[in-house]
Amino acid sequence: MLVRDDTIAAIATPHGVGGIGIVRVSGPDAEGICRILFRTATDTNSLKNHHLYHGDIISPETGSSIDEVLLTLMRKPHSYTGEDTLEINCHGGHLILQAVLNEVIKAGARPAQPGEFTKRAYLNDRLDLSQAEAVMDLITARTDRGRAIALSGLKGNLSEKLQLIRSSLIEILTALESSIDFTEEDISSKPHHNISKDVEDVIIRVENILSTYKEGKLVRDGLSVVITGKPNVGKSSLLNRLLGERRAIVTSIPGTTRDFIEETINIRGIPVKLTDTAGVRKSSEAIEKEGIEFVWEKALAADMVIILIDGNTRFADEDFEVINRNRNKRMVLAINKLDLSHKITDAEITDIIPGVEPMWISAKYGDGIPELKEKIYSLASDSGEHMASDIILTNLRHKNALEKAAKLLAAAKDNISRNETSPELAAFDIRDALDHLGDIAGETTTEDVLDRIFSNFCIGK
Amino acid sequence: MSFPEKFDVIVVGAGHAGCEAALAAARMGCQTLLFSINLDSIALMPCNPAIGGLAKGQLVKEIDALGGEMGKIADRTACHFRLLNSSKGPAVQSSRMQCDKQLYRLAMKEVVEREKNLHVRQALVDGIVTEGGKATGVVDNTGFFYSGETVVVTTGTFLNGLVHIGASRQSAGRAGEIASIGLADSLRQLGFEMGRMKTGTPPRLRASSIDFSVLERQDSDPDPQPFSFTTSRLREERLPSYFSSTTGETHRIIRDNINKSSLYSGAIKGVSARYCPSLEDKVMRFADKESHPVVLEFEGLETEEIYSKGLGNSFPLELQEKLVHSVPGLENAEIMRNAYAIEYDFVQPTQLTQTLETKLVRGLYLAGQINGTSGYEEAAAQGMWAGINAALAAQKRSPFILDRCDAYMGVLVDDLITLGVDEPYRMFTSRAEYRLILREDNATIRLMGKGCDLGLISHDNYNDLKERVREIDMRIKNLSDRKIYPSAEINQTLCELNTAPIRSPVTLHHLLKRPELKYDDLRVLDGWEEISDREVKRQVEIEIKYEGYIKRQLESVEKFKGLENKKMPPGFDYSTVPGLSNELRKKLSSIRPVSIGQARRISGMTQAALTAVLVYLKKFEKSGDRKVRDKQ
Repeated sequence: MLVRDDTIAAIATPHGVGGIGIVRVSGPDAEGICRILFRTATDTNSLKNHHLYHGDIISPETGSSIDEVLLTLMRKPHSYTGEDTLEINCHGGHLILQAVLNEVIKAGARPAQPGEFTKRAYLNDRLDLSQAEAVMDLITARTDRGRAIALSGLKGNLSEKLQLIRSSLIEILTALESSIDFTEEDISSKPHHNISKDVEDVIIRVENILSTYKEGKLVRDGLSVVITGKPNVGKSSLLNRLLGERRAIVTSIPGTTRDFIEETINIRGIPVKLTDTAGVRKSSEAIEKEGIEFVWEKALAADMVIILIDGNTRFADEDFEVINRNRNKRMVLAINKLDLSHKITDAEITDIIPGVEPMWISAKYGDGIPELKEKIYSLASDSGEHMASDIILTNLRHKNALEKAAKLLAAAKDNISRNETSPELAAFDIRDALDHLGDIAGETTTEDVLDRIFSNFCIGK
Repeated sequence: MSFPEKFDVIVVGAGHAGCEAALAAARMGCQTLLFSINLDSIALMPCNPAIGGLAKGQLVKEIDALGGEMGKIADRTACHFRLLNSSKGPAVQSSRMQCDKQLYRLAMKEVVEREKNLHVRQALVDGIVTEGGKATGVVDNTGFFYSGETVVVTTGTFLNGLVHIGASRQSAGRAGEIASIGLADSLRQLGFEMGRMKTGTPPRLRASSIDFSVLERQDSDPDPQPFSFTTSRLREERLPSYFSSTTGETHRIIRDNINKSSLYSGAIKGVSARYCPSLEDKVMRFADKESHPVVLEFEGLETEEIYSKGLGNSFPLELQEKLVHSVPGLENAEIMRNAYAIEYDFVQPTQLTQTLETKLVRGLYLAGQINGTSGYEEAAAQGMWAGINAALAAQKRSPFILDRCDAYMGVLVDDLITLGVDEPYRMFTSRAEYRLILREDNATIRLMGKGCDLGLISHDNYNDLKERVREIDMRIKNLSDRKIYPSAEINQTLCELNTAPIRSPVTLHHLLKRPELKYDDLRVLDGWEEISDREVKRQVEIEIKYEGYIKRQLESVEKFKGLENKKMPPGFDYSTVPGLSNELRKKLSSIRPVSIGQARRISGMTQAALTAVLVYLKKFEKSGDRKVRDKQ
């Protein structure tokens, strides 16, 4: 980790959806990574220093473009860190930045530690001596706080899970090492197929955590939310209100929205794709019927629905239908037109759909909107199928470490089951896996393993 | 009064550490003086009559590759050979030889006596003499002064040695030998932080009183390989070992009388090793185990004495009798030497530098059990290391240091000086993170060049090795050049070799990666060449079969070296570094790591603390630059 001759990369702009975002790469491989990923009119072998180039970041696997970017190569020592540095200006959006960063890492960089660019800048004399204290504070504070935050994950016990994985691995290593270093002793060593099974179990646990990143729509794809309800309850107004701009046309005429309107907003760093839909009503018109079928499909496919009800009118059949159709979905039940007189009571709602607490809002004036966003966020982060494991992996560094660990563990398992005679090779893979996890789960030393051996087994002449 | 001669190197103690230290120094051209309390116990094996073992075999091979003596003497005197972990990969295979205890001692005695530049002297050294923070010599118990440029202390269990047998306690360096008390005081007075360790040895039994017929017999391996590259022939005689085990009766005797054990009565304060517990410890700590193994090993060709591995204890003699007799085969066994526990002083090795020189007294080196280690091999390795460095210092040459990626010796010294010890330290292969490249089989390749630079290995020997390495490289290259092509005939041949057929052309190099194939299996294929040198053949196989792992290990070595090469300036002041805990600040200030790499290995070190050190190191260097500028 302290080796400074590797290449680091990170998204340098703040989280969330901005106009543009910057992926920064620093280290000896920066230029090489540029050659692998950047396609532009100029030969990438002869890029000029400190020039802005227009081109594409491509995926070398598919050859297709990931984003159209502006790229600057700053050769050492004339860069922020004092090392060869790339700055890739991408289109904003967490998705794109994340995808570009992913490619950069596949091309040979590793995700930067918190504060690492600044640290390098300091160590390479790019910062003034008087800034030493500041940098120091930054680094110690960031490392500790960063770790705490990173470990707490989005929700709960990622750290706990990693600790368990780590101790399982130490246990496996104990079995392997004791069969190497204490063969002379009277240790009833664990049969190989059992160890192999244990490794397999850990792999599954690691894969499970990883899948929360891979499938985790929250961070990668964001969350899709469909706003649905009967006509003229204010769905488009709500979309505009959430968006903070007039996107959908709002009239008092029911059925103004015929098509879907999709827009993405940012709720606490999660890209939320909102879909405004046509109002649901009984209709004999073929086109409208078709449209309403589409709404049901859209809602079905969404991660979450916002069911909007007009608080200023009595409960209608359409309201029942909308609720019934979405009964098994993650839903927010919002009652609009808080500003007008109330013709619906909470009790009525609770009768129809127990356990769901309605939220009163005013799309027109903005009342209850922050609470609604909060509700969307909390529903998104603590329920859902893959989130049933109540953790979600968001940090790319953690993901990388886990991926490497999983790969090494697979090799170890292979080794143990194929070749019963070389526990030292499997042990090597498992140690490497532990080293990768060390960053997020704490380092493992030989003493940890020896301690375990000595307390588990009676060793000695 | 002063001794007429001034020595370059004085070595106090002629055990396994002392002999290697003295021989290395003398062979490097230093006038060397070697002390022993008793010349008849030079290189004595007071415990197990065996050299080598897991991870220890690697140490012996390394000592040999550097021009040391232990492997050669073991080869000359061994009567029982085992290759441990022979069913596992080459990295964790280790040789172990049971030697004739008396022959071993006498052979080493002869070597040290006949060595040019080496003077052997029987005396009890009572103190280190220093002047201005530097050792100038030693003084014996008669007050006689021996002047020396450097002093290596290798006192084993003799410092304040105290032998425990039940309630009996006797001051002794080993059973029947006098302890070294004055020297322990001298070290304390010099300001060293000392601790107390405990070890022990099992009873020796009379062979003719043992019923071997009821015991499982283990014979020596049929095709033993020597430790030393210089050995061409091993002894012909072989001695077997026998296995027995403790019984319920043994355990009952122990439990019923546990308060009579000096270990459990509270008499012993020293720390014993968790990996080498005495029998009472095993029974009490692992109560659910119904039996523990006992191994009976001959102490030599011309003796009745049998070493009873597994029966070490600190009970009074009447109980030792009962314990021994409760073991199958030993019902009528006669004890010739009783078991005992011994406590002794050690110096916390974090007080040493990388050369095993003390930080407190320049020119004073410590090696072996005095540094809290156990084992003949660990002692010999340190002895050699300290002897070489004492000689280099006396000759005003730069120090000799091996890294963790160079040798087990490097792992040993780095562990000692960086982590310190809280129990007797024994080497394990798992302590060596680069063990896949630190093998017995490549010890000469790793180290002989260094031994040659030191003047401990002859140029002829080194040239032979270089020739061999060239051949290995050439053979590997040839194999990657030779291709076989898929054909019915070839695949038939492969089938006969019990290996999968090929579908596309492959090189012999590629084919040899298959675990089931050995080099000589390929003889039926075109392009195969006979390799007559067994060692070359083995290296070719290992290099090819483990190529992927070796490559990965070498990559981590590169990373490791990056951190080792980031040196800490000697005068770096940790008290000014913010963000360090008091405990870490104290540790860093006393251990004074020479590199960021070493600092990282200090126990309790965190990433944030290391970053803090790194950043302040930069500041330190810059202010140093400025000072230089100011002066100009």
